[in-house]
Amino acid sequence: MTRLFAFLVSPFRSLAIALVCAALFGGARGAAADDLFDSGKLLMTGGVSPIEGAGGGGLVPWALISGYGTRDAIGGNVHYTYVGLNDYDLQTGGVAVGLFDRVELSYARQAFQTGDTGATLGLGRGFTFHQDIIGAKVRLFGDAIFDQDGWLPQVSVGAQYKINDRYATVKSLGAKDDTGVDYYVAASKLFLAQSVLANATLRATRANQYGILGFGGDKNDDYTLQFEGSLAYLLHRQIAVGAEFRSKPDNLAFAKEENAGDIFAAFFVNKNISITAAYVMLGDIATTKEQNGFYFSLQAGF
Amino acid sequence: MAATAASLRAMRGRLTRVFSVLLVAAAVMAFGLVRHGHAADDALYRDLGETAGIAKIIDAAMDNFLADPRIKDEFDNINIERLKSRLVDHFCVISGGPCRYAGRDMYAAHKGLHLNQASFNALAENVQFAMDKVGIPFRTQNRLMALLAAMQRDVVTR
Repeated sequence: MTRLFAFLVSPFRSLAIALVCAALFGGARGAAADDLFDSGKLLMTGGVSPIEGAGGGGLVPWALISGYGTRDAIGGNVHYTYVGLNDYDLQTGGVAVGLFDRVELSYARQAFQTGDTGATLGLGRGFTFHQDIIGAKVRLFGDAIFDQDGWLPQVSVGAQYKINDRYATVKSLGAKDDTGVDYYVAASKLFLAQSVLANATLRATRANQYGILGFGGDKNDDYTLQFEGSLAYLLHRQIAVGAEFRSKPDNLAFAKEENAGDIFAAFFVNKNISITAAYVMLGDIATTKEQNGFYFSLQAGF
Repeated sequence: MAATAASLRAMRGRLTRVFSVLLVAAAVMAFGLVRHGHAADDALYRDLGETAGIAKIIDAAMDNFLADPRIKDEFDNINIERLKSRLVDHFCVISGGPCRYAGRDMYAAHKGLHLNQASFNALAENVQFAMDKVGIPFRTQNRLMALLAAMQRDVVTR
C-alpha cells in the first residue's frame, strides 16, 4: 500500500497526474445529462480537498459529498496539497470518489517533512513521517444546496482510518499507537441568498497533530470531542473566500498541541479544476513554536 | 525572542477567540437573514430590473436552454413565446413583484418531463449565465437562485 501510493506525494508527479486526469475528464464532458458521470452539480458545490482527503475545506471535512456527480451519478477527484510551515513541510496527495451524492470514499497520503528541524529535534535531518488515511463518509439527511427554504443543514457522518509509518518514533514521543480512527459528524448549509456556506464538524479523535505524531498519549489516551468550523463567502461564481477553525486534542506530555485555523481563497476554474491558496496557522508542533505558512492545493476531477 | 514568541502566542489566542465569536455571530446572522428573506418585499424584484429586466433575463436564459445539449430536447413541441411569458410572470411573483402567475404549480408543470437533478442544475446554470449577460450582480443572482433551488424537490421527479 505504502509503496504503491508513494508516488502520490511527489509534487511534480502529482501535478502531472492531476493535469492528465483533468484533461481526460474535460474531454469526457458534454455527454448527456443522464450520464453516469454527469458532472451535474453546480460549480463550487463539489468543494475542495482538505489535508485528510475527505471532501470539504482545507482543514475541515464538510457534509458535502466529493465530486460533481448528482444523486444519479458518480463523481471524483484527485488532489495535491503543499503546506510550507516555518519549520516543516506537509505534502498531501489523494483521491476521493462520490457515489450518488450519498457515499464518499477517499484515500490520502501525507508526508510531513521535518527538514533541518529534524536534526534539532534529534530525529535526524530530513526525517519524514508518512501517514495513509482511508476515509468514508455517508450523507444522512438534508441537502446543503437545494434546501433553501428551511433551516435544516446537510448532515453526514464519516470515519478516517489513519496509519502512521513511524511507530518507534511516535512511541518514543509518548504516543500509544501508530494507527487510529477519527469519527466525525458534519453539518453543512449553503445560505445562498446571503452567498455564505457554513459548516460545523464534531470529531472524536485520539490523533496527535492529525495523526502525524501518532495516536493517544502519555498525557491523555482517550478519545476527545473536537470542534471544527468553516465559513466561506461566495465572492463570485468561481471564487470563494473564508476561514476555518479546528480544535485539537493535547495528548502528549513532551509538547503542547494547539488549535489550528486558516484563511483561504478557492478559485474554481471549472468543474474539472480548482486551486486553493490559504494561510494556515497550525500552532506549536512538537515543541517548535507557531507553525504558520502558506497552503497551496490543486484539485482535478469531475 | 521569548517575549516575541509569547506575545505572538497571546495574539494567536485572541485571534482564535475572535474568530470563534465571529463564526457564531455569522451563523446566527445567516439564520436570521434566511428567516427574514421570506418576508414579502419587492427588493429582489427591483434589483432584477422589474418586469423589463426579468424579461431580458428570461430571453437570454431561453436562448441558453435551447442551445444546451443537456436540456434542449425538453423544449421540443413547446410554445416558446408562451413559456417565456409564463416564466417572466413566475420570476416576477417569486421575487416579490406585482404580477400574477396563471400557470400550473411547479410540480404539475414539470412532472411529465421526468427531469433529473443534473437537468435541473443545467437549467439553473443557464439562468445564472443569462443574469451574467444582463449584468445582474452575483449577490443578487444568488438571492434569486435561492428561491429557485428550493423548487428542486417539485421539479425533479426522477
